Amino acid sequence: MTEFALEEMILNMGPHHPSTHGVLRFIVRTDGEMMLRATPDVGFLHRGIEKIAELMPYESFMPYTDRIDYLSSLNCNLGYALTVERLAGIEAPEKAEYLRVIGAELTRIGSHLIAVGALLLDLGAVTPFVHALRERETYNSLMEMLCGARLTHHYVRIGGVAFDAPDGFIEKALSFVNHLEYEFLDEFNKLISFNSILIKRLANVGIITPEKALEFTLVGPNLRGSGIKFDLRKDEPYSIYDRFDFEIPSGSGKFGVQGDAYDRYWVRIEEIKQSCRIVRQAINQMPEHGEIKTKISKPFKIPAGEIYVRTECPRGELGFYLISAGGKTPYRLKIRTGSFSAMTIIEELSEGVMVADLVAIIGSLDVVAPEIDR
Amino acid sequence: MRHNLMETKKLIELLGEKLSSFIVKADKMPNNDLLILIKKESLLSVMDTLKNDLELKFNVLMNHLGVDYTESFAVIYNLYSFKLKKKVTVKAYMEHENPEVDSIESVFKGVNWFERETYDLLGIRFRGHSNLKRLLLPSDWEGHPLRKDYIYPEEYNGLILKREENCK
Repeated sequence: MTEFALEEMILNMGPHHPSTHGVLRFIVRTDGEMMLRATPDVGFLHRGIEKIAELMPYESFMPYTDRIDYLSSLNCNLGYALTVERLAGIEAPEKAEYLRVIGAELTRIGSHLIAVGALLLDLGAVTPFVHALRERETYNSLMEMLCGARLTHHYVRIGGVAFDAPDGFIEKALSFVNHLEYEFLDEFNKLISFNSILIKRLANVGIITPEKALEFTLVGPNLRGSGIKFDLRKDEPYSIYDRFDFEIPSGSGKFGVQGDAYDRYWVRIEEIKQSCRIVRQAINQMPEHGEIKTKISKPFKIPAGEIYVRTECPRGELGFYLISAGGKTPYRLKIRTGSFSAMTIIEELSEGVMVADLVAIIGSLDVVAPEIDR
Repeated sequence: MRHNLMETKKLIELLGEKLSSFIVKADKMPNNDLLILIKKESLLSVMDTLKNDLELKFNVLMNHLGVDYTESFAVIYNLYSFKLKKKVTVKAYMEHENPEVDSIESVFKGVNWFERETYDLLGIRFRGHSNLKRLLLPSDWEGHPLRKDYIYPEEYNGLILKREENCK
């Protein structure tokens, strides 16, 4: 009988791999189907956005924020605008705040649809991804109506928003969220969420305890998946989020242990529902007429000072640390993103799991490569 | 705000009590967050107190960055406490020549990549860091781009990076 010796093999996953969600590379050490460690290698999409920020006026940097995270560009716009506004001491008009919230929550829905859809696709379930994309198509058309762009929206401006909602937008947005909450999610859950193969693939995989989540500075849905009910929209309300009634879903070990990949998946499904509720309330409360942009001085300058503002993006906390020296351009702008910290935990989680589970872990953490590299 | 359990003033008093010997200056930021300036030698002990003191429990590291002030460098850490529902910003300056500071990895494990990024883009060395290598840029890249005196390379491994001024 031949003895099979244990043999370590180093494999290269990426930079172009369908399940790495962008240009991202892993150095995987395996022994057969068992993985010893997956070390991430990032930086392929480093564009030096923070350096670019130092070279241009505050207003001109807005389109670059779209490119931080292409799946939630409007939320990135909003985070940057709020940072600059707070340091400059200006406020956006009420109607603009409502339009921002409607746009941001619709974008959150669109981003989560891709997040859950792509996770399922990576696991081999192609049909649900197409269902999610069908709904995202409606969202894309809605955003096109609102601001003319389907992916990189560039809708929020310093002091307000670019355009008022066009005729028919409100009705379409309302029927979209109603369709999602009352029809699509039920259908989607019946189709895949409670599918026993999916549960076997996700439950008890990539378990992150609350302590570990805090240690690795996880944020957003990944943190909530570990059972920590913390959402900046509720705990540190920015914009007008304190006017809405919604819940914070968190992981409870639905089919396995608290903090496993299924919990993170389920938190995103539940968050789509909560975003629908916020959009509906915002539409009902929004004043019909009103200013949509506060006039800002030209050239726009900010008094010297520094500030850290964080907002809740689909991929968790998006923080901007802005230092102004009193000029037309930022002195230093640091962008802290959710995927950056989610990426650090993968190396730890990958120890001793099956190779196929790595894809489930990456997918459930919902990392987007340009957000890591900036 | 609803969750402002404690006024910033009270927090300043509490921190003054716990960290009196370390704080050089305490300041309010425009959104009422607290900014404390410390000496870089005391960084590790300040972080340890902020995280582990039972009354403070600033156990979330939100953000870390480095800044080039041309005459000096600074490292900034943003911490959050679930207990107090408060944020605090810790800032420490260091000399421009050979910038070096203690790594706080022993207190906050999650700072690993943040410090690597600061090292990569600003060239600040972190003493005691477990894996201080470049993170975003290629390992053979020269210079640190976020420094104010950074000179753009004209070429990298045969790739022309210099931008043509008139490409009309």
